[in-house]
Amino acid sequence: MSLNAKIPEGPLAEKWNKHKFNLKLVNPANKRKYDIIVVGTGLAGASAAATLAELGYNVKAFCFQDSPRRAHSIAAQGGINAAKNYQNDGDSIYRLFYDTIKGGDYRAREANVYRLAEVSVNIIDQCVAQGVPFAREYGGLLDNRSFGGAQVSRTFYARGQTGQQLLLGAYSALNRQIHHGKVKMYTRTEMLDVVVVDGKAQGIITRSLTTGQIDTHTGHAVLLCTGGYGNVFYLSTNAAGSNVTAAWRAHKRGAFFANPCYTQIHPTCIPVTGDHQSKLTLMSESLRNDGRVWAPKTEETAEKLRKSQLKASDIKEEDRDYFLERKYPSFGNLVPRDVASRNAKEMVDEHKGVGASGVAVFLDFADAIKRLGKDAVAAKYGNLFDMYYQITDEDPYTQPMRIYPAVHYTMGGLWVDYNLSTNVPGLYALGECNFSDHGANRLGASALMQGLADGYFVIPYTLGDYLASIGPKPIDASHPAFAKTKQDVLDVIAKLIALKGTKTVNEYHRDLGHIMWEYCGMARTAEGLTKAKGLIQKLKVDFWQNAIVMGENEEVNASLERAGRVADFIELGELMVTDALERNESCGGHFRLESQTPDGEALRDDEHYAYVAAWEFKGENKPEVMNKEPLEFEYVHLTQRNYK
Amino acid sequence: MTKILLLDTRYLIPISNNMSATTMNLTLKVWRQKNAQTAGKFETYKADGISPDMSFLEMLDVVNESLILKKEEPIHFDHDCREGICGMCSLYINGHPHGPKRAITTCQLHMRTFHDGQTITIEPWRAAAFPVIKDLAVDRSAFDRIQQAGGYISVNTGGVPDANVIPIPKVIADEAFNSATCIGCGACVAACKNASAMLFVSAKVSQLGMLPQGQPERYSRAQSMVAQMDSEGFGNCTNTGACEAECPKEITLTNIARMNNDYFSAKFFHEEHANENNG
Repeated sequence: MSLNAKIPEGPLAEKWNKHKFNLKLVNPANKRKYDIIVVGTGLAGASAAATLAELGYNVKAFCFQDSPRRAHSIAAQGGINAAKNYQNDGDSIYRLFYDTIKGGDYRAREANVYRLAEVSVNIIDQCVAQGVPFAREYGGLLDNRSFGGAQVSRTFYARGQTGQQLLLGAYSALNRQIHHGKVKMYTRTEMLDVVVVDGKAQGIITRSLTTGQIDTHTGHAVLLCTGGYGNVFYLSTNAAGSNVTAAWRAHKRGAFFANPCYTQIHPTCIPVTGDHQSKLTLMSESLRNDGRVWAPKTEETAEKLRKSQLKASDIKEEDRDYFLERKYPSFGNLVPRDVASRNAKEMVDEHKGVGASGVAVFLDFADAIKRLGKDAVAAKYGNLFDMYYQITDEDPYTQPMRIYPAVHYTMGGLWVDYNLSTNVPGLYALGECNFSDHGANRLGASALMQGLADGYFVIPYTLGDYLASIGPKPIDASHPAFAKTKQDVLDVIAKLIALKGTKTVNEYHRDLGHIMWEYCGMARTAEGLTKAKGLIQKLKVDFWQNAIVMGENEEVNASLERAGRVADFIELGELMVTDALERNESCGGHFRLESQTPDGEALRDDEHYAYVAAWEFKGENKPEVMNKEPLEFEYVHLTQRNYK
Repeated sequence: MTKILLLDTRYLIPISNNMSATTMNLTLKVWRQKNAQTAGKFETYKADGISPDMSFLEMLDVVNESLILKKEEPIHFDHDCREGICGMCSLYINGHPHGPKRAITTCQLHMRTFHDGQTITIEPWRAAAFPVIKDLAVDRSAFDRIQQAGGYISVNTGGVPDANVIPIPKVIADEAFNSATCIGCGACVAACKNASAMLFVSAKVSQLGMLPQGQPERYSRAQSMVAQMDSEGFGNCTNTGACEAECPKEITLTNIARMNNDYFSAKFFHEEHANENNG
């Protein structure tokens, strides 16, 4: 099947404007005849639901949490990029576009990324108008900070809680529309399938997490804003409930899954302490503005640190290796995430890791505290330091933090065209749920930007074009596809409930995570990936024989919810290793040991792999088929990324 | 005023390089309730081999794993981000919402706070406006309805001025931020003997009421949100300060004073605006 990305003609800077003019409009009186389903209420979902309702559409919004305000966008810490150039330091829309394309290691579409940079400035205006309390200078104007992969200060922030403040802004806009009756909100409700009628998405099947009731909802379009799939690794910085189920079930109904192997391992997370660990906590990338990353120069010193015979403060300056500053003098500690993560791994692999486990490096604020004073550091990072202290019982004001990379974000996701439409007409994917803007690596402070760009400023335009083309006729819920899909959902639930084996679902999830982290983590090889594929296939068979699922469907049943999600993660895991195996190049977060430069940097192979891999589901237990969307670069010259 | 979050030195203990070798054996008394219609009761469980490095929720995970292996019903509780920001986790632990330590949520509470052999009592939030869903999970949708009644600035997407058009003094922006850090967990209600939601409601009323963008609807917002709060069945405030003491985000009573000011001001001087909140 050929993939048409529907990128508009014309010069890069004019594409979006021209496209907006060419898109069909729905007249105001007709908008109220359309029902739109929005699944997920994070930045992308809440902003889309609110904006579409403001335009006059009837929106039904769904979230599995007890309130739309709890979606995992809330946990984003550092900030949101925008090409405002308030700092007069040389920023522009083109520079943000360029940095994002380069940061993504030239595996994203030029036109999408340019549009993202273009609307970034509107996002800040919108959020301020909603009352989002961004950090300000004493003169009352907005403050900026720097983030990895950029040499300008373009990141807007609200202390270490930017995601929270942006989400609460979008939540307030959503609340206003709920109040006006334009959005009907379904909380504690999980989407379990998409209903496709004659090739078009026209509804969803949901399960109430309080009663177990299975319901059918009709809509002229379905928007999946359901986030990423990082929890396939079991341990990640994602919320415990974050899952791939909505996206995966849509995939099994025909939506292509693009670049699943592109996962971001964030360099600054709190290291694992033991098997009981249920999640990993991120320390914002903004810490790398003032914190210096280092490991001891020798294995012997590291060994003494691990045995607590030495403290970090005992190590003399000349015995420390500030490895990012040494290897990348122009970007220093602010290299992109994938580069920082791989270098930390390298230190640990060379037995220079610290902490009792030896799987960590230092992030040191001693110099910043000396330079700025403790109060200034506390004002900037206080909540992060507190968080670190709560978890580790160590005081980062007096000794360096221990950090290690952890799975944080997934660049891959449902394939979408320029209009954010999947290949199934009427089915859209927004935010982290789609694959579109970050290529093989996402720059810091770009996830919030993309989620809100998609929801506030892209989908309100592109969706109208599709709706105008299908007309406002009500969706016929009596079409057999609705009953059939509902029955399919009930069958899966019955199969899960029947599992009364000997191993808990959590154990399967942990096993899957071990396989993924070991073979599909920061460094990947053909041999390892092949092995992983076999292991995952075995795990899947075992799961469907020996898992324990408690209780019944018709009640609150966390065990059943979890089982369905883990079953989907196992299938996704297999597709991820398949994709990683097929892509025999290194790019961004995907590092194949077979493909590196002489000094160990990621080596792309543009001749063979400058494409989007869009995977097509062919049936249960059948190999998926890859469709290629070639990436064409008209404006940016492809070079080996260099942050030295 | 800038709120600087410094470490609470009362809890500083000699630095260990984590990974404690010793484990603890604990007794849990947990509220079990099948659903809102069924009466609940305390059940006792053993939690053995607990590492001090576990979070409180990870300890419950371990207990649940062992219950599932015995084919017994696991303990149901709300949780999601597990890093203290989403507001989903709750739990009334040994008489305190989010447990004995200040300024953290249950998911940030670590077992090193407890000692070997201790008995820990775990209950849901108790308030008429927060009915129990199952075991330790309660229905907090009343909070959403209060926000829906007016917790916003009525602007549509698009057509807004440049973000730097209105300078906002840093002290005001910072104070509005402090109010905006509320995570909507409901600990304030659980802590209050009247089950009052004043701290929660006032945090939003304050945030928007302090900012220039929030002025046009300032008084109608206070009235609408208070009216919804009352209709949800939350109690009134009698200034005991329990909410402030237990709030994981350290939202202050000053917010309640600001809300009362706006509310009474609206009652006496701005009544004409009160019912115009239809943005």
